[in-house]
Amino acid sequence: MSGAAVLDVRGLRKLYGGRAVVDNLSFAVHAGECFGILGPNGAGKTTTLRCCLGLTNPDGGTLELGGLPVPASARLARYRVGVVPQFDNLDPDFTVTENLVMYARYFDIAARDARARVPALLEFAGLTDRGASRIDALSGGMKRRLTLARALVNDPDILFLDEPTTGLDPQARHLIWDGLKRLVAGGKTLILTTHFMDEAERLCDRLCVMDSGAIIAEDTPHGLIARLIEPVVVEVYGEGVREWAQSHARPVVERLELTGETAFCYMHDPAPLLERLGQAPELRVLRRAANLEDVFIKLTGRDIRD
Amino acid sequence: MNRRFLYFVERNFLVWRKLLIPSLVANLADPLIYLVGLGFGLGALVGTVDGRPYITFLAGGMLCYSTLNSATAEALYSGFSRLKVQRTWEGVLHAPMTVTDVVLGEWVWAAIKAVLSGSAILLIMYGLRLVHGFAPLTVLPVLLLLGLCFAGVALVMTTLARSYDFFTYYFTLALTPMSFLSGVFFPLHNLPAALQTVAWCLPLAHGASLARGLALGDPMPWPWLSVLVLVTYGLAGVTIASRLAYRRLTK
Repeated sequence: MSGAAVLDVRGLRKLYGGRAVVDNLSFAVHAGECFGILGPNGAGKTTTLRCCLGLTNPDGGTLELGGLPVPASARLARYRVGVVPQFDNLDPDFTVTENLVMYARYFDIAARDARARVPALLEFAGLTDRGASRIDALSGGMKRRLTLARALVNDPDILFLDEPTTGLDPQARHLIWDGLKRLVAGGKTLILTTHFMDEAERLCDRLCVMDSGAIIAEDTPHGLIARLIEPVVVEVYGEGVREWAQSHARPVVERLELTGETAFCYMHDPAPLLERLGQAPELRVLRRAANLEDVFIKLTGRDIRD
Repeated sequence: MNRRFLYFVERNFLVWRKLLIPSLVANLADPLIYLVGLGFGLGALVGTVDGRPYITFLAGGMLCYSTLNSATAEALYSGFSRLKVQRTWEGVLHAPMTVTDVVLGEWVWAAIKAVLSGSAILLIMYGLRLVHGFAPLTVLPVLLLLGLCFAGVALVMTTLARSYDFFTYYFTLALTPMSFLSGVFFPLHNLPAALQTVAWCLPLAHGASLARGLALGDPMPWPWLSVLVLVTYGLAGVTIASRLAYRRLTK
Protein backbone atom coordinates (compact mmCIF):
# COMPACT_ATOMS: atom_id res chain seq x y z
CA MET A 1 0.00 0.00 0.00
CA SER A 2 1.94 3.00 -1.21
CA GLY A 3 0.56 6.45 -1.94
CA ALA A 4 -2.86 7.97 -1.38
CA ALA A 5 -6.03 6.41 -2.76
CA VAL A 6 -6.74 7.87 -6.19
CA LEU A 7 -9.89 5.82 -6.52
CA ASP A 8 -11.99 5.02 -3.49
CA VAL A 9 -15.13 2.94 -3.92
CA ARG A 10 -17.34 2.26 -0.92
CA GLY A 11 -20.50 0.21 -0.85
CA LEU A 12 -21.15 0.69 -4.56
CA ARG A 13 -24.53 -0.61 -5.68
CA LYS A 14 -26.10 -0.53 -9.14
CA LEU A 15 -29.48 -1.95 -10.09
CA TYR A 16 -30.80 -2.83 -13.52
CA GLY A 17 -34.48 -3.62 -13.62
CA GLY A 18 -34.56 -4.16 -9.86
CA ARG A 19 -31.67 -6.65 -9.97
CA ALA A 20 -28.33 -5.67 -8.41
CA VAL A 21 -25.53 -6.09 -10.97
CA VAL A 22 -23.07 -4.50 -8.55
CA ASP A 23 -23.77 -5.02 -4.89
CA ASN A 24 -22.00 -3.44 -1.92
CA LEU A 25 -18.66 -3.24 -3.73
CA SER A 26 -15.71 -1.62 -1.98
CA PHE A 27 -12.10 -1.22 -3.04
CA ALA A 28 -9.38 1.41 -3.17
CA VAL A 29 -6.65 1.96 -5.74
CA HIS A 30 -3.47 3.76 -4.74
CA ALA A 31 -1.31 6.12 -6.76
CA GLY A 32 1.14 4.38 -9.05
CA GLU A 33 -0.25 0.87 -8.86
CA CYS A 34 -1.87 -1.33 -11.47
CA PHE A 35 -5.13 -2.68 -10.11
CA GLY A 36 -6.95 -5.47 -11.94
CA ILE A 37 -10.62 -6.35 -11.83
CA LEU A 38 -11.11 -9.96 -12.91
CA GLY A 39 -14.38 -11.70 -13.44
CA PRO A 40 -16.40 -13.79 -15.86
CA ASN A 41 -18.70 -12.14 -18.40
CA GLY A 42 -21.57 -10.39 -16.65
CA ALA A 43 -19.76 -10.13 -13.31
CA GLY A 44 -20.29 -6.35 -13.26
CA LYS A 45 -16.79 -5.20 -14.26
CA THR A 46 -17.81 -2.74 -16.97
CA THR A 47 -20.67 -1.38 -14.85
CA THR A 48 -18.19 -0.77 -12.04
CA LEU A 49 -15.87 1.17 -14.36
CA ARG A 50 -18.76 3.20 -15.75
CA CYS A 51 -19.79 4.14 -12.22
CA CYS A 52 -16.21 5.16 -11.37
CA LEU A 53 -16.11 7.47 -14.40
CA GLY A 54 -19.50 9.01 -13.67
CA LEU A 55 -20.95 7.64 -16.90
CA THR A 56 -23.79 6.01 -15.04
CA ASN A 57 -25.32 6.92 -11.69
CA PRO A 58 -25.00 4.38 -8.87
CA ASP A 59 -27.99 3.37 -6.75
CA GLY A 60 -25.92 3.40 -3.59
CA GLY A 61 -22.48 3.90 -2.11
CA THR A 62 -19.86 6.61 -2.46
CA LEU A 63 -17.15 7.07 -5.08
CA GLU A 64 -14.12 9.31 -5.09
CA LEU A 65 -11.92 9.68 -8.16
CA GLY A 66 -8.76 11.77 -7.90
CA GLY A 67 -10.11 13.25 -4.68
CA LEU A 68 -13.37 14.39 -6.29
CA PRO A 69 -16.81 12.97 -5.54
CA VAL A 70 -18.38 10.99 -8.40
CA PRO A 71 -20.84 11.40 -10.04
CA ALA A 72 -21.23 14.95 -8.62
CA SER A 73 -17.85 16.17 -9.94
CA ALA A 74 -17.23 13.40 -12.46
CA ARG A 75 -16.69 15.77 -15.38
CA LEU A 76 -13.94 17.62 -13.52
CA ALA A 77 -12.40 14.35 -12.34
CA ARG A 78 -12.17 13.17 -15.95
CA TYR A 79 -9.66 15.93 -16.78
CA ARG A 80 -7.07 13.78 -14.99
CA VAL A 81 -8.28 10.47 -16.39
CA GLY A 82 -7.77 8.48 -19.59
CA VAL A 83 -10.18 5.79 -20.78
CA VAL A 84 -9.65 2.79 -23.06
CA PRO A 85 -13.17 1.44 -23.61
CA GLN A 86 -14.01 -2.18 -24.32
CA PHE A 87 -15.23 -1.38 -27.83
CA ASP A 88 -13.23 1.01 -29.99
CA ASN A 89 -14.92 4.33 -30.54
CA LEU A 90 -12.23 6.04 -32.56
CA ASP A 91 -13.62 8.68 -34.87
CA PRO A 92 -13.78 7.04 -38.33
CA ASP A 93 -14.27 10.43 -40.00
CA PHE A 94 -10.73 11.46 -38.99
CA THR A 95 -7.20 10.24 -39.64
CA VAL A 96 -4.98 8.86 -36.87
CA THR A 97 -3.43 12.27 -36.12
CA GLU A 98 -6.75 14.09 -36.38
CA ASN A 99 -8.25 11.65 -33.87
CA LEU A 100 -5.60 12.57 -31.31
CA VAL A 101 -5.80 16.31 -31.92
CA MET A 102 -9.58 16.45 -31.82
CA TYR A 103 -9.75 14.33 -28.68
CA ALA A 104 -7.33 16.69 -26.96
CA ARG A 105 -9.69 19.57 -27.80
CA TYR A 106 -12.39 17.98 -25.61
CA PHE A 107 -9.94 18.48 -22.72
CA ASP A 108 -9.66 22.22 -23.47
CA ILE A 109 -6.19 21.69 -24.96
CA ALA A 110 -5.34 24.17 -27.72
CA ALA A 111 -5.00 22.61 -31.18
CA ARG A 112 -1.42 23.85 -31.45
CA ASP A 113 -0.44 22.20 -28.14
CA ALA A 114 -2.29 19.04 -29.13
CA ARG A 115 -0.42 18.82 -32.43
CA ALA A 116 2.87 19.21 -30.54
CA ARG A 117 2.01 16.12 -28.47
CA VAL A 118 1.12 13.92 -31.44
CA PRO A 119 4.60 12.64 -32.41
CA ALA A 120 5.34 11.34 -28.91
CA LEU A 121 1.91 9.68 -28.71
CA LEU A 122 2.33 8.06 -32.12
CA GLU A 123 5.74 6.79 -31.11
CA PHE A 124 4.36 5.35 -27.89
CA ALA A 125 1.68 3.55 -29.89
CA GLY A 126 4.13 2.33 -32.54
CA LEU A 127 2.18 4.26 -35.19
CA THR A 128 4.80 6.83 -36.14
CA ASP A 129 4.37 6.36 -39.88
CA ARG A 130 0.58 5.97 -39.73
CA GLY A 131 -0.37 9.50 -38.74
CA ALA A 132 -2.17 10.18 -42.01
CA SER A 133 -3.92 6.79 -42.16
CA ARG A 134 -7.67 6.44 -42.11
CA ILE A 135 -9.02 4.51 -39.12
CA ASP A 136 -10.57 1.75 -41.22
CA ALA A 137 -7.13 1.07 -42.72
CA LEU A 138 -5.74 0.08 -39.30
CA SER A 139 -5.57 -3.47 -37.94
CA GLY A 140 -7.34 -4.38 -34.71
CA GLY A 141 -4.09 -4.13 -32.76
CA MET A 142 -3.27 -0.72 -34.23
CA LYS A 143 -6.73 0.57 -33.32
CA ARG A 144 -6.27 -0.57 -29.72
CA ARG A 145 -2.86 1.11 -29.56
CA LEU A 146 -4.34 4.30 -31.01
CA THR A 147 -7.16 4.15 -28.47
CA LEU A 148 -4.51 3.84 -25.76
CA ALA A 149 -2.59 6.80 -27.21
CA ARG A 150 -5.83 8.78 -27.36
CA ALA A 151 -6.39 8.05 -23.67
CA LEU A 152 -3.03 9.73 -23.00
CA VAL A 153 -3.63 13.03 -24.86
CA ASN A 154 -4.33 14.82 -21.58
CA ASP A 155 -1.34 13.21 -19.81
CA PRO A 156 -3.70 11.64 -17.24
CA ASP A 157 -2.75 10.42 -13.76
CA ILE A 158 -5.24 7.56 -13.88
CA LEU A 159 -6.06 5.22 -16.74
CA PHE A 160 -9.14 3.03 -16.96
CA LEU A 161 -8.83 0.11 -19.36
CA ASP A 162 -11.81 -2.12 -20.05
CA GLU A 163 -10.56 -5.43 -21.46
CA PRO A 164 -7.70 -3.73 -23.32
CA THR A 165 -6.53 -6.80 -25.25
CA THR A 166 -9.75 -8.71 -25.94
CA GLY A 167 -9.82 -9.85 -29.56
CA LEU A 168 -6.12 -9.25 -30.25
CA ASP A 169 -3.55 -11.77 -31.45
CA PRO A 170 -0.60 -12.65 -29.15
CA GLN A 171 1.83 -10.25 -30.85
CA ALA A 172 -0.61 -7.36 -30.53
CA ARG A 173 -1.31 -8.24 -26.89
CA HIS A 174 2.38 -8.19 -26.02
CA LEU A 175 2.74 -4.75 -27.60
CA ILE A 176 -0.14 -3.42 -25.50
CA TRP A 177 1.33 -5.01 -22.36
CA ASP A 178 4.71 -3.38 -23.03
CA GLY A 179 2.98 -0.02 -23.36
CA LEU A 180 1.04 -0.50 -20.13
CA LYS A 181 4.17 -1.53 -18.22
CA ARG A 182 5.92 1.59 -19.42
CA LEU A 183 3.00 3.68 -18.16
CA VAL A 184 3.13 2.09 -14.70
CA ALA A 185 6.90 2.57 -14.65
CA GLY A 186 6.25 6.21 -15.51
CA GLY A 187 4.12 6.58 -12.37
CA LYS A 188 0.61 6.32 -13.79
CA THR A 189 -2.16 4.51 -11.97
CA LEU A 190 -3.89 1.80 -14.01
CA ILE A 191 -7.27 0.23 -13.37
CA LEU A 192 -8.02 -2.56 -15.79
CA THR A 193 -10.64 -5.22 -16.25
CA THR A 194 -9.78 -8.46 -17.95
CA HIS A 195 -10.69 -12.09 -18.11
CA PHE A 196 -7.23 -13.08 -19.24
CA MET A 197 -5.35 -14.48 -16.26
CA ASP A 198 -1.92 -14.21 -17.86
CA GLU A 199 -2.62 -10.53 -18.51
CA ALA A 200 -3.61 -9.96 -14.88
CA GLU A 201 -0.66 -11.96 -13.53
CA ARG A 202 1.79 -10.07 -15.72
CA LEU A 203 0.53 -6.53 -15.23
CA CYS A 204 -1.29 -6.16 -11.94
CA ASP A 205 0.27 -5.27 -8.60
CA ARG A 206 -3.02 -6.08 -6.96
CA LEU A 207 -6.26 -7.52 -8.18
CA CYS A 208 -9.73 -8.48 -7.17
CA VAL A 209 -11.96 -11.23 -8.49
CA MET A 210 -15.57 -10.21 -9.08
CA ASP A 211 -18.53 -12.49 -9.53
CA SER A 212 -22.23 -11.64 -9.58
CA GLY A 213 -21.51 -8.02 -8.72
CA ALA A 214 -19.39 -8.64 -5.62
CA ILE A 215 -15.67 -8.96 -4.87
CA ILE A 216 -14.95 -12.52 -3.77
CA ALA A 217 -11.16 -12.21 -3.37
CA GLU A 218 -8.56 -9.45 -3.36
CA ASP A 219 -4.76 -9.67 -3.08
CA THR A 220 -1.54 -9.61 -5.09
CA PRO A 221 -1.50 -12.22 -7.88
CA HIS A 222 0.99 -14.34 -5.91
CA GLY A 223 -0.92 -13.81 -2.70
CA LEU A 224 -4.09 -15.16 -4.30
CA ILE A 225 -2.28 -18.22 -5.63
CA ALA A 226 -0.50 -18.89 -2.34
CA ARG A 227 -3.59 -18.40 -0.20
CA LEU A 228 -6.35 -19.89 -2.24
CA ILE A 229 -5.05 -22.87 -4.13
CA GLU A 230 -2.91 -25.98 -3.79
CA PRO A 231 0.51 -25.29 -5.34
CA VAL A 232 0.77 -28.23 -7.77
CA VAL A 233 -1.60 -29.14 -10.60
CA VAL A 234 -1.52 -32.37 -12.56
CA GLU A 235 -3.74 -32.47 -15.62
CA VAL A 236 -4.59 -35.95 -16.88
CA TYR A 237 -6.14 -36.60 -20.32
CA GLY A 238 -7.26 -39.67 -22.22
CA GLU A 239 -10.04 -42.17 -22.70
CA GLY A 240 -11.52 -43.50 -19.50
CA VAL A 241 -9.86 -40.78 -17.45
CA ARG A 242 -13.04 -40.10 -15.47
CA GLU A 243 -13.29 -43.62 -14.10
CA TRP A 244 -9.58 -43.84 -13.51
CA ALA A 245 -9.49 -40.51 -11.66
CA GLN A 246 -12.43 -41.40 -9.43
CA SER A 247 -10.88 -44.68 -8.35
CA HIS A 248 -7.13 -44.00 -8.48
CA ALA A 249 -6.56 -40.23 -8.18
CA ARG A 250 -9.19 -39.14 -5.69
CA PRO A 251 -7.61 -40.93 -2.71
CA VAL A 252 -4.20 -39.25 -3.18
CA VAL A 253 -5.08 -35.68 -4.24
CA GLU A 254 -6.52 -32.80 -2.23
CA ARG A 255 -8.98 -31.64 -4.87
CA LEU A 256 -10.18 -33.22 -8.10
CA GLU A 257 -12.11 -31.54 -10.93
CA LEU A 258 -13.44 -33.43 -13.93
CA THR A 259 -14.36 -31.69 -17.14
CA GLY A 260 -14.89 -33.50 -20.43
CA GLU A 261 -12.01 -35.93 -20.86
CA THR A 262 -9.68 -34.06 -18.52
CA ALA A 263 -9.02 -34.51 -14.80
CA PHE A 264 -7.51 -31.55 -12.90
CA CYS A 265 -5.77 -32.78 -9.76
CA TYR A 266 -4.69 -30.24 -7.12
CA MET A 267 -2.28 -31.08 -4.30
CA HIS A 268 0.89 -30.18 -2.40
CA ASP A 269 2.82 -33.38 -3.03
CA PRO A 270 2.32 -34.98 -6.43
CA ALA A 271 4.56 -38.04 -5.82
CA PRO A 272 1.81 -40.58 -4.93
CA LEU A 273 -0.32 -39.55 -7.91
CA LEU A 274 2.61 -39.68 -10.34
CA GLU A 275 3.46 -43.13 -9.09
CA ARG A 276 -0.08 -44.35 -9.83
CA LEU A 277 0.00 -42.62 -13.21
CA GLY A 278 3.15 -44.62 -14.01
CA GLN A 279 0.93 -47.71 -14.11
CA ALA A 280 -1.53 -46.10 -16.55
CA PRO A 281 0.58 -45.42 -19.67
CA GLU A 282 -2.52 -44.82 -21.84
CA LEU A 283 -3.13 -41.49 -20.03
CA ARG A 284 -1.34 -38.29 -20.96
CA VAL A 285 -0.07 -36.11 -18.10
CA LEU A 286 0.82 -32.44 -17.66
CA ARG A 287 2.36 -31.37 -14.40
CA ARG A 288 2.62 -27.65 -13.65
CA ALA A 289 2.54 -25.03 -10.90
CA ALA A 290 -0.84 -23.62 -9.97
CA ASN A 291 -1.58 -20.27 -11.57
CA LEU A 292 -4.12 -17.51 -11.39
CA GLU A 293 -6.43 -19.29 -13.79
CA ASP A 294 -6.75 -22.15 -11.33
CA VAL A 295 -7.66 -19.67 -8.61
CA PHE A 296 -10.17 -18.01 -10.92
CA ILE A 297 -11.82 -21.30 -11.87
CA LYS A 298 -11.90 -22.41 -8.25
CA LEU A 299 -13.59 -19.16 -7.23
CA THR A 300 -16.01 -18.76 -10.11
CA GLY A 301 -16.59 -22.34 -11.23
CA ARG A 302 -16.30 -24.01 -14.61
CA ASP A 303 -19.77 -23.16 -15.86
CA ILE A 304 -20.07 -21.10 -19.05
CA ARG A 305 -21.27 -17.51 -18.54
CA ASP A 306 -23.13 -15.80 -21.33
CA MET B 1 -22.92 29.55 -19.91
CA ASN B 2 -20.26 27.04 -20.82
CA ARG B 3 -19.05 26.76 -24.38
CA ARG B 4 -17.93 23.15 -24.38
CA PHE B 5 -20.55 22.29 -26.99
CA LEU B 6 -18.46 24.32 -29.43
CA TYR B 7 -15.82 21.56 -29.36
CA PHE B 8 -18.39 19.21 -30.82
CA VAL B 9 -19.44 21.82 -33.38
CA GLU B 10 -15.74 22.10 -34.24
CA ARG B 11 -15.51 18.34 -34.66
CA ASN B 12 -18.42 18.26 -37.09
CA PHE B 13 -17.12 21.30 -38.95
CA LEU B 14 -13.67 19.69 -39.42
CA VAL B 15 -15.26 16.55 -40.84
CA TRP B 16 -17.53 18.59 -43.11
CA ARG B 17 -14.55 20.61 -44.36
CA LYS B 18 -12.94 17.39 -45.61
CA LEU B 19 -15.96 16.81 -47.84
CA LEU B 20 -16.43 20.45 -48.74
CA ILE B 21 -16.66 20.20 -52.55
CA PRO B 22 -19.26 17.40 -52.85
CA SER B 23 -21.20 18.99 -50.01
CA LEU B 24 -21.34 22.40 -51.70
CA VAL B 25 -22.24 20.87 -55.05
CA ALA B 26 -25.14 19.03 -53.40
CA ASN B 27 -26.15 22.23 -51.60
CA LEU B 28 -26.36 24.18 -54.85
CA ALA B 29 -27.20 21.65 -57.54
CA ASP B 30 -30.05 19.89 -55.76
CA PRO B 31 -32.22 22.92 -55.01
CA LEU B 32 -31.35 24.48 -58.36
CA ILE B 33 -32.79 21.45 -60.15
CA TYR B 34 -35.93 21.55 -58.00
CA LEU B 35 -36.40 25.25 -58.35
CA VAL B 36 -35.82 25.46 -62.08
CA GLY B 37 -37.68 22.22 -62.84
CA LEU B 38 -40.74 22.91 -60.71
CA GLY B 39 -40.56 26.65 -61.06
CA PHE B 40 -40.53 26.84 -64.84
CA GLY B 41 -42.22 23.48 -65.56
CA LEU B 42 -45.07 23.75 -63.10
CA GLY B 43 -44.95 27.54 -63.35
CA ALA B 44 -45.98 27.35 -67.03
CA LEU B 45 -49.19 25.55 -65.97
CA VAL B 46 -49.88 27.62 -62.88
CA GLY B 47 -49.14 31.04 -64.25
CA THR B 48 -48.96 33.55 -61.42
CA VAL B 49 -49.49 33.17 -57.67
CA ASP B 50 -50.59 36.23 -55.69
CA GLY B 51 -49.70 38.39 -58.68
CA ARG B 52 -46.16 37.17 -59.43
CA PRO B 53 -44.49 34.28 -61.25
CA TYR B 54 -44.88 30.86 -59.61
CA ILE B 55 -41.12 30.38 -59.49
CA THR B 56 -40.76 33.44 -57.25
CA PHE B 57 -43.48 32.15 -54.93
CA LEU B 58 -41.91 28.69 -54.93
CA ALA B 59 -38.43 30.04 -54.22
CA GLY B 60 -39.74 31.66 -51.03
CA GLY B 61 -41.05 28.25 -49.91
CA MET B 62 -37.92 26.43 -51.03
CA LEU B 63 -35.84 28.68 -48.77
CA CYS B 64 -37.59 27.02 -45.82
CA TYR B 65 -37.93 23.58 -47.31
CA SER B 66 -34.24 23.33 -48.10
CA THR B 67 -33.31 24.62 -44.64
CA LEU B 68 -35.67 22.10 -43.04
CA ASN B 69 -34.30 19.23 -45.10
CA SER B 70 -30.71 20.05 -44.37
CA ALA B 71 -31.24 20.43 -40.61
CA THR B 72 -33.25 17.22 -40.52
CA ALA B 73 -30.82 15.12 -42.56
CA GLU B 74 -27.86 16.22 -40.44
CA ALA B 75 -29.57 15.73 -37.08
CA LEU B 76 -31.24 12.44 -38.03
CA TYR B 77 -28.89 10.47 -40.23
CA SER B 78 -25.49 11.96 -39.47
CA GLY B 79 -26.42 12.42 -35.81
CA PHE B 80 -27.61 8.84 -35.47
CA SER B 81 -24.51 7.42 -37.09
CA ARG B 82 -22.40 9.40 -34.60
CA LEU B 83 -24.63 8.31 -31.71
CA LYS B 84 -24.97 4.63 -32.50
CA VAL B 85 -22.98 3.32 -35.44
CA GLN B 86 -19.70 5.15 -34.83
CA ARG B 87 -20.05 5.55 -31.03
CA THR B 88 -18.68 9.06 -31.39
CA TRP B 89 -20.91 10.43 -28.62
CA GLU B 90 -19.74 7.70 -26.24
CA GLY B 91 -16.10 8.49 -26.97
CA VAL B 92 -16.62 12.18 -26.30
CA LEU B 93 -18.30 11.41 -22.97
CA HIS B 94 -15.12 9.73 -21.73
CA ALA B 95 -13.52 13.18 -21.93
CA PRO B 96 -14.67 16.03 -19.66
CA MET B 97 -17.79 16.58 -21.78
CA THR B 98 -21.44 16.00 -20.87
CA VAL B 99 -24.39 14.58 -22.79
CA THR B 100 -25.84 18.11 -22.97
CA ASP B 101 -22.61 19.40 -24.55
CA VAL B 102 -22.85 16.77 -27.27
CA VAL B 103 -26.56 17.33 -27.96
CA LEU B 104 -26.10 21.12 -28.06
CA GLY B 105 -23.16 20.63 -30.41
CA GLU B 106 -25.23 18.50 -32.79
CA TRP B 107 -28.09 21.00 -32.57
CA VAL B 108 -26.04 24.08 -33.39
CA TRP B 109 -24.05 22.31 -36.09
CA ALA B 110 -27.18 21.01 -37.86
CA ALA B 111 -28.58 24.56 -37.75
CA ILE B 112 -25.37 25.97 -39.26
CA LYS B 113 -25.54 23.44 -42.09
CA ALA B 114 -29.20 24.32 -42.58
CA VAL B 115 -28.36 28.01 -42.91
CA LEU B 116 -25.80 27.11 -45.58
CA SER B 117 -28.43 25.18 -47.54
CA GLY B 118 -30.96 27.97 -47.20
CA SER B 119 -28.33 30.51 -48.24
CA ALA B 120 -27.66 28.46 -51.37
CA ILE B 121 -31.32 28.94 -52.35
CA LEU B 122 -31.04 32.64 -51.66
CA LEU B 123 -27.95 32.77 -53.86
CA ILE B 124 -29.85 31.02 -56.65
CA MET B 125 -32.71 33.48 -56.19
CA TYR B 126 -30.29 36.34 -56.72
CA GLY B 127 -28.80 34.51 -59.72
CA LEU B 128 -32.24 34.07 -61.31
CA ARG B 129 -33.03 37.72 -60.50
CA LEU B 130 -36.01 36.72 -58.37
CA VAL B 131 -34.78 39.04 -55.59
CA HIS B 132 -32.78 42.28 -55.62
CA GLY B 133 -30.86 44.52 -53.24
CA PHE B 134 -29.91 43.94 -49.63
CA ALA B 135 -33.35 43.66 -48.02
CA PRO B 136 -33.75 39.89 -48.75
CA LEU B 137 -30.61 39.21 -46.68
CA THR B 138 -32.71 39.88 -43.58
CA VAL B 139 -34.08 36.38 -44.09
CA LEU B 140 -30.79 34.85 -42.88
CA PRO B 141 -31.67 35.00 -39.14
CA VAL B 142 -34.97 33.32 -39.98
CA LEU B 143 -33.05 30.51 -41.67
CA LEU B 144 -31.03 30.08 -38.47
CA LEU B 145 -34.24 29.94 -36.43
CA LEU B 146 -35.70 27.40 -38.84
CA GLY B 147 -32.52 25.35 -38.65
CA LEU B 148 -32.53 25.35 -34.84
CA CYS B 149 -36.25 24.55 -34.82
CA PHE B 150 -36.11 21.51 -37.11
CA ALA B 151 -32.75 20.27 -35.83
CA GLY B 152 -34.19 20.34 -32.31
CA VAL B 153 -37.27 18.34 -33.27
CA ALA B 154 -35.20 15.91 -35.38
CA LEU B 155 -32.83 15.24 -32.47
CA VAL B 156 -35.78 13.91 -30.48
CA MET B 157 -36.25 11.30 -33.22
CA THR B 158 -32.49 10.62 -33.32
CA THR B 159 -32.28 9.96 -29.59
CA LEU B 160 -35.39 7.76 -29.67
CA ALA B 161 -34.32 5.72 -32.70
CA ARG B 162 -33.04 2.15 -32.52
CA SER B 163 -32.27 2.01 -36.25
CA TYR B 164 -32.38 4.21 -39.33
CA ASP B 165 -35.73 2.68 -40.33
CA PHE B 166 -37.40 4.59 -37.53
CA PHE B 167 -36.87 7.85 -39.42
CA THR B 168 -39.26 6.75 -42.16
CA TYR B 169 -42.12 7.35 -39.71
CA TYR B 170 -40.95 10.87 -39.07
CA PHE B 171 -40.79 11.67 -42.77
CA THR B 172 -44.02 9.94 -43.76
CA LEU B 173 -46.15 10.92 -40.79
CA ALA B 174 -44.75 14.34 -39.93
CA LEU B 175 -42.49 16.12 -42.39
CA THR B 176 -44.14 15.26 -45.71
CA PRO B 177 -47.71 16.12 -44.64
CA MET B 178 -46.42 19.29 -42.97
CA SER B 179 -44.61 20.32 -46.15
CA PHE B 180 -47.81 20.09 -48.19
CA LEU B 181 -49.87 21.83 -45.51
CA SER B 182 -47.62 24.77 -44.84
CA GLY B 183 -47.70 26.86 -47.99
CA VAL B 184 -44.34 25.75 -49.36
CA PHE B 185 -45.43 24.58 -52.82
CA PHE B 186 -48.80 26.36 -53.08
CA PRO B 187 -50.45 29.17 -51.12
CA LEU B 188 -51.79 28.25 -47.71
CA HIS B 189 -54.99 30.24 -48.26
CA ASN B 190 -56.07 27.76 -50.95
CA LEU B 191 -56.57 25.10 -48.25
CA PRO B 192 -59.84 24.54 -46.35
CA ALA B 193 -60.06 26.62 -43.18
CA ALA B 194 -59.66 23.61 -40.85
CA LEU B 195 -56.41 22.56 -42.51
CA GLN B 196 -55.16 26.14 -42.36
CA THR B 197 -55.70 26.08 -38.59
CA VAL B 198 -53.69 22.86 -38.34
CA ALA B 199 -50.95 24.36 -40.50
CA TRP B 200 -50.60 27.41 -38.24
CA CYS B 201 -49.99 25.10 -35.29
CA LEU B 202 -46.92 23.70 -37.07
CA PRO B 203 -43.60 25.51 -37.36
CA LEU B 204 -43.12 25.32 -41.14
CA ALA B 205 -46.07 27.60 -42.01
CA HIS B 206 -44.61 30.23 -39.69
CA GLY B 207 -41.19 29.77 -41.25
CA ALA B 208 -42.60 30.15 -44.76
CA SER B 209 -44.53 33.23 -43.72
CA LEU B 210 -41.41 34.87 -42.25
CA ALA B 211 -39.20 33.82 -45.16
CA ARG B 212 -41.56 35.18 -47.83
CA GLY B 213 -42.15 38.28 -45.76
CA LEU B 214 -38.46 39.13 -45.45
CA ALA B 215 -37.13 37.79 -48.76
CA LEU B 216 -40.01 38.80 -51.03
CA GLY B 217 -41.74 41.56 -49.04
CA ASP B 218 -45.02 39.65 -48.56
CA PRO B 219 -47.30 40.70 -45.70
CA MET B 220 -46.61 38.70 -42.50
CA PRO B 221 -49.78 38.09 -40.45
CA TRP B 222 -48.08 37.56 -37.04
CA PRO B 223 -44.31 37.95 -37.34
CA TRP B 224 -43.46 37.81 -33.62
CA LEU B 225 -45.82 34.95 -32.99
CA SER B 226 -44.10 33.12 -35.85
CA VAL B 227 -40.70 33.70 -34.26
CA LEU B 228 -42.08 32.49 -30.94
CA VAL B 229 -43.46 29.29 -32.50
CA LEU B 230 -40.10 28.46 -34.12
CA VAL B 231 -38.18 29.17 -30.92
CA THR B 232 -40.60 27.10 -28.84
CA TYR B 233 -40.46 24.04 -31.08
CA GLY B 234 -36.68 24.26 -31.29
CA LEU B 235 -36.07 24.67 -27.56
CA ALA B 236 -38.62 22.03 -26.63
CA GLY B 237 -37.01 19.66 -29.13
CA VAL B 238 -33.44 20.10 -27.94
CA THR B 239 -34.48 19.93 -24.27
CA ILE B 240 -36.38 16.67 -24.75
CA ALA B 241 -33.58 15.27 -26.94
CA SER B 242 -31.04 16.09 -24.26
CA ARG B 243 -33.08 14.25 -21.61
CA LEU B 244 -33.59 11.25 -23.88
CA ALA B 245 -29.91 11.11 -24.79
CA TYR B 246 -28.96 11.31 -21.11
CA ARG B 247 -31.24 8.40 -20.29
CA ARG B 248 -29.98 6.42 -23.26
CA LEU B 249 -26.26 6.96 -22.67
CA THR B 250 -26.04 6.84 -18.88
CA LYS B 251 -28.09 3.68 -18.37
